[in-house]
Amino acid sequence: MSTSTAPGIRAILPRPRPRRRVVIAVVTTAALLLLTCLVALSLGDRATAPAALWEALQGRGAENTVYAVLEVRLPRVVLALVVGAAFGIAGGLSQSVLRNPLASPDVLGIGAGASTAVVAVIAIGSLGGPVGAVPIPVAALVGGLAAAALIAVLARDRSLRGRRILLIGIAMSTALTGVTQYLLTRIDVYDAQRSAVWLTGSLNARGWADALPVAIGLAVLLPLTLVLAHTSRALIFDDDVASGWGVRTGRMRVVLLVISVCLAALATSAAGPVAFVALVSGQVARRIGGVPDIPPLLAGLTGALIVLVADTVARTALPFQLPVGVLTALVGAPYLLYLLQRRRRTNGSTP
Amino acid sequence: MSTAPRTRTRRAPLTILVGAGVALLVVVVLLSLLIGSRVLSPAETFGGLFGDDAVATAVIWELRLPRTLLGLLVGAALGVAGALAQSVTRNPLADPGLLGISSGAAVAVVIGGAFLGLGAGTPRVLLALLGAALATVAVYTFARRSPEGLTPVNMTLAGMALTAFLGAVVSATVLLSASTMDQYRFWVVGALSIPDPQTLLPAALIAAVGAVVAASVSGSLNALALGDDTASALGVNVLRTRISAGAAVVLLSGTAVALAGPIAFIGLIIPHMARALVGNDVRRMLVLSAVLGPLLLLSADIIGRLIVRPSELQVGVVTAILGTPFFIWLTWRTRRRGDAI
Repeated sequence: MSTSTAPGIRAILPRPRPRRRVVIAVVTTAALLLLTCLVALSLGDRATAPAALWEALQGRGAENTVYAVLEVRLPRVVLALVVGAAFGIAGGLSQSVLRNPLASPDVLGIGAGASTAVVAVIAIGSLGGPVGAVPIPVAALVGGLAAAALIAVLARDRSLRGRRILLIGIAMSTALTGVTQYLLTRIDVYDAQRSAVWLTGSLNARGWADALPVAIGLAVLLPLTLVLAHTSRALIFDDDVASGWGVRTGRMRVVLLVISVCLAALATSAAGPVAFVALVSGQVARRIGGVPDIPPLLAGLTGALIVLVADTVARTALPFQLPVGVLTALVGAPYLLYLLQRRRRTNGSTP
Repeated sequence: MSTAPRTRTRRAPLTILVGAGVALLVVVVLLSLLIGSRVLSPAETFGGLFGDDAVATAVIWELRLPRTLLGLLVGAALGVAGALAQSVTRNPLADPGLLGISSGAAVAVVIGGAFLGLGAGTPRVLLALLGAALATVAVYTFARRSPEGLTPVNMTLAGMALTAFLGAVVSATVLLSASTMDQYRFWVVGALSIPDPQTLLPAALIAAVGAVVAASVSGSLNALALGDDTASALGVNVLRTRISAGAAVVLLSGTAVALAGPIAFIGLIIPHMARALVGNDVRRMLVLSAVLGPLLLLSADIIGRLIVRPSELQVGVVTAILGTPFFIWLTWRTRRRGDAI
């Protein structure tokens, strides 16, 4: 990083050096994630022994084991990883930009907006015409961004940092869920049933095609987030302070929020609105990172770990498959209640 | 309550307002009898009511009249429950649906149905009351423990988090058994359907008890609006008033949920309309809410029957879509007034 040429923000802000505890947390979480991947790959209707798993991963061994590992479990594990990472990064970004531990895309109704758009495309598409040709991820992106814009406007708060935006977001989710319910009554039973499962957040019966758009989104947006991370860290201070360092706070906030919304919408298009993953992973990442901001990479790894663990439990622990979204809601909602009762210390002094 | 201060600031003619409300309600009730997947002409409806036309008789007496009566009962219960909840918490955003009380009742009913085999009738009503009571205590405790205390925003957020959790419990339970799924698919979003007489009678009785409790504390609630200290000075037992009002909210909203599932926003909107018309006197507000509640609920139900004909949209979905803009407007207004939101 050249600090000599431009005596601007880069010269004033402390150099971005790897913070030790964050590095340790990233490495530990990544190792844990790898281990969980192996466990997830070996668990199923019939568990696979480590040796057989190793062979199967290389395409050798018993044919049905290879099929189970490579064709059934691997796509699902990869989908859990990309969806979880996207939700985690999205949650961490919006929480640190809005300086509000509760302000994650799932609480703010971004997932509901994406869902409504997707169901609308299915509903209008079933009537024929060009709308049906809109790819699902594109519909989710448009819906998520539109919902975010609407909530930002309705919050009537330029800094977007109060608690009111949460009320507006949750109210919008309620209304959008209502619209989705309405749309579900307008489409045929088969589509409605498929949509209903998707709407609870599920990785069941999904494959590589669903994971690809999320993976592309991550490949584009994660590097961008990391490049911006140095400057965006200034947003955890008050706007006056950050502006004093030469950070264009308004513009930076919009860019980061758009990234957050895009990631959340893409993840929603692949797996449905998996409740509270974004909320929880951002906060967990902040705590294990031990820093006032939320490191995006750590939030992504945490999100991936949460979704993978939740999905593995949801598909193996019970005699039937529970949608992963139900499980994450059962864990995430109490966590939201817990967060509500805490005094905010590290994330700023907003009302 | 002789000890409570009388509010003399704004005496809108209550009798005229209630009279107008009842007249409108009669119109809506007639519309509710006319409109359905098959629209009956007024003549057919009249014939059906008095047994001249066999088909119309069946439609009116077995389908639409019971449903309309259900709407009247549920709407009145929700309107009064909302008015009480807003008065006792001094929170303009309070609503049994938003605070998670309805979800609590719904969860109890679904779990009781799925695991204990408790179906319609008195058990369902009692389960709903139990669930509503537990949720009320929970949301109050959670909101009170938050850093800024019992502010409207904290109460609403706690209620919403509770609703999300209970919603997931319902989803998991419903997924567990296909029969539960079938039975509760429509009920969990809030829908008026044909009530079974087994449930209707105990529910109506309990709602009546709730209404009596509500009436008895309304005077003390007027005093409570002046603040806890002033109310105590006026001789009002603050704690007892709170508990009685909370119990009335539980009785009324539990009944509504047992009959029609969780319906949000009626309890939020109605008290504001009533307050705009008759001022802040809780007693007058409660009376008018009991008239306006069914008016709004039946109107929403009629809209639900019209927009997706020949199918219908559950009334809970209609109120969610119609209620949100109102809720957002309220959050703006609450800020302007400088409340601690």
